[in-house]
Amino acid sequence: MKKYNYVPVIGLEVHIELSTKRKMFCDCSSEHFQIKPNTNVCPICLGLPGALPYPNKEAVKKCIKFGISFNCMINKFSKFDRKHYFYPDLSKGYQISQYDIPFCEGGHWKSSVNSVFRIKRIHLEEDTGKIQHRKIGSEYFSLIDFNRSGVPLMELVTEPDFSNINDVLDFVKDVQLASRYLEVSNADMEKGSMRLEANISLRKEETGKRDQMKRLPDYKVELKNINSFRFLRSALEAEIKRQTDILKMGDKVIQETRGYNEKTHQTYSQRSKEEAKDYRYFPEPDIPPILHQSKEIDIIKTDIPEMPWMKRQRYKKDIGLKDEYTEIFLKDRKRSAYFEQILLLNKNSGLDLSYIADQIVNKNLDLKYQSPQKLLNALSVEKNKTYASSKEIKNAADSVLKENTKAIEDLKNGKIQILGYLIGSIQKKLNGKGNINEIRRYIENALMEN
Amino acid sequence: MTTQSTIEKNQKLLLEKKASMRELVDAYLKTIQKYDGVLNSFITVNNEISLKKADLVDKLLSKNDKVSILSKLPLLGTVVSYKDLFLTKGIRTTAASKVLESFVPQYSATVVDKLENAGCINIGKTNCDAWAHGSSGENSDYGVTKNPWGVEYVPGGSSSGSAVSVSANMCTVSLGTDTCGSIRLPANYTYTYGLKPTYGAVSRYGVIAMASSLDCIGHFSKTAADIKKVFEITKGRDLKDATLDEKSYNKKLTNMVIGVPDEFFQNGLSDEVSLNIKKAISLFEKNGVKFNKINLPHTKYGISVYYIIQPAEVSSNLSRYDGIRYGKGRDAFSEEAKRRIMLGTYVLSSGYYDAYYLKAMKVRSVIIREIDQAFKSCDAIIAPVSTTPPFKLGEKISDPLKMYLTDIYAATANLAGIPSLAIPFGFTNDGMPLGFQIMGPRYSENLLFHLAENFEAYSNYTIKNPDIYNL
Repeated sequence: MKKYNYVPVIGLEVHIELSTKRKMFCDCSSEHFQIKPNTNVCPICLGLPGALPYPNKEAVKKCIKFGISFNCMINKFSKFDRKHYFYPDLSKGYQISQYDIPFCEGGHWKSSVNSVFRIKRIHLEEDTGKIQHRKIGSEYFSLIDFNRSGVPLMELVTEPDFSNINDVLDFVKDVQLASRYLEVSNADMEKGSMRLEANISLRKEETGKRDQMKRLPDYKVELKNINSFRFLRSALEAEIKRQTDILKMGDKVIQETRGYNEKTHQTYSQRSKEEAKDYRYFPEPDIPPILHQSKEIDIIKTDIPEMPWMKRQRYKKDIGLKDEYTEIFLKDRKRSAYFEQILLLNKNSGLDLSYIADQIVNKNLDLKYQSPQKLLNALSVEKNKTYASSKEIKNAADSVLKENTKAIEDLKNGKIQILGYLIGSIQKKLNGKGNINEIRRYIENALMEN
Repeated sequence: MTTQSTIEKNQKLLLEKKASMRELVDAYLKTIQKYDGVLNSFITVNNEISLKKADLVDKLLSKNDKVSILSKLPLLGTVVSYKDLFLTKGIRTTAASKVLESFVPQYSATVVDKLENAGCINIGKTNCDAWAHGSSGENSDYGVTKNPWGVEYVPGGSSSGSAVSVSANMCTVSLGTDTCGSIRLPANYTYTYGLKPTYGAVSRYGVIAMASSLDCIGHFSKTAADIKKVFEITKGRDLKDATLDEKSYNKKLTNMVIGVPDEFFQNGLSDEVSLNIKKAISLFEKNGVKFNKINLPHTKYGISVYYIIQPAEVSSNLSRYDGIRYGKGRDAFSEEAKRRIMLGTYVLSSGYYDAYYLKAMKVRSVIIREIDQAFKSCDAIIAPVSTTPPFKLGEKISDPLKMYLTDIYAATANLAGIPSLAIPFGFTNDGMPLGFQIMGPRYSENLLFHLAENFEAYSNYTIKNPDIYNL
């Protein structure tokens, strides 16, 4: 039997809870994390008889903003649809979602080495409630908390363009950063405001064709319950290994939904294709189609800041910053803003930007100097300082050591704080022009010689 | 004291201090007590609540002069009943189904709040076909409602109890819903006015949904003037129903032309109904209104389209009653609801969606275009409400398809979203009520009220009450 190499084919679904003040279709606060159950609820998000949805414009705008930043086409005619299934946390027996005409379609994301990954669609829907299974007294109860019901949820779906795990991780991290840059969501994995699902299958390695032209495998496995970037990596690794083993045995991989067990580091079967649901989508009759003029979309466009991937390119190309430093700045928006000010102010100082970045990242000087200008001043002074010569240090140090024999004994006996006193005294003699490290070294040597 | 039939009469009694609000409400309650045992038009009667509210109105009456009380309470003296689909805070709301037997709402429908603020007093919740599924009033889980003009006849549905409660003077006006004739048919069968407004004119918030893209909130009364008065209060945006709009109809109400669709006066229409409408037409004509033959060739598909879209939306809207939160399980649904859930689930299933639901929506668009086109050659359209006068209880209940065809003339207005007013006019040889409907372009309710008020003059309309004393 011929042996093949297998290449992973991975597509992603990312759910992001939007940080709007109100829920998607009612006026309730969208706060639900660690809030007393069923306190942010109303007839609409409880799905009571007679209640109707009224769409939240802020959420729609945020979704479109997010889509534009990922180079999506924005549908000028869009609509909501009902997606039907029964589950106790789904208050109406259907979820208001978007089916065939989402707000955003056909975008892409570029990795740091300019590989292109296509984004199929980004749509808006409402989140469900949460079920808690609890023992109260001697009885078991399943309790429903509807605080989360109706919170705006944005879903991004990629094409199955990913073939290695590093790209997947880089992408989802950029999605998280993008959410924060655009202020559409804090996208915290721990709080569940960002949730990941991956579709994964393996195909035989082919050469020549571009990835997107290659034939897709005739199955896919959906991975769910992934709560962190770390688990995403290990779940993908485990699943690729599992599927490779099956295929190498000459067997077929079953199309199904699998979860990831954080303890065993294995994926496990949750639901097979035979139980696939028919959601009976149809246009939500309670919400008229949503129309957007080009003008409105243009206005939203002006609201989009420099995205992380743009900043990354700029730091790399224009500044030649180390990747490691770039990523630190990208992640920490406060630091990044600080560094941006440095870039503006540093035009004339002639200080090397990599050097400044190093001082900020490794010595936390941005914390010491709240004003970027003051940091630049300090660094300039440091750079332009003329230090005392070794001979001057030797003279000054010798005389101080001679005057402080008692102190030297104490230091030898472990009174380490004496060292600071000695350095200070020597600096005083040098009018502060000594290099502290050099002075320290001299004292240490002198002590050892004694 | 006998109950009065119009808002104006009640207001006059109150303002001239010939009666207190408490006495008025008490008179309505006594009428209900006396006759509703037979008619069964109420599911819940608000004995205490309505009297308490009456005392509040009496207090306001004693503190305000005529002008200020009417500006505060434009519907002063109006005793209203609500189809049991309208949510009323603290008052049980069943949709006439056992599923919601013990459901007491936490909030009131927008329309209920608006009417309450305008001075209306809620006397009770009326019987109807469960979930508004039906054309005869026979599908209620709380017993059949009977026609006060002949108790062996159906009152028409689904807003059966609302129509009967107005007809038999158990309230001044009543609120109902019209998804495919559910107001106009029972109005027509009980000699009352019934308005189905433009889709999007009156908030549906807080009214249990049947088929969301077709449901309209309307009402019954004994005069065209009262229909208008109530609509002035119920219409308009509430920021809860996203499908609402506010548009006005600006065409001049002179030199009017009414279209007579050929297709609505062909086979299947009973002679009695047809001849009666011709009489109405000649009364209009004598007074200078012109009539034009028009063609609406696609409206014949209306009922087919309706019986795809409606069950689809019903199956979706009823899925929240999943047995977890409202006390009763899905087995508590009656046959007709189950039938519609099955039909709707089927037409929305993958593989069938395109053939049924999508196609029906396309035909619906064709009908809408056809109606819009028709209004270029006429100001309004006259049509029968039903193929026959009121039929007997039990006559169609065992044959759902026959029952569905009762609404053949109603579907057009719901599918196209246009307003339609059922106007009482004439009686059969057996003394059962007759009438017709007038449809207008979207948001042209004023035009319909104008025509109806004129027609009252042309026909020397007087309020007629069924002989309920013989019950």
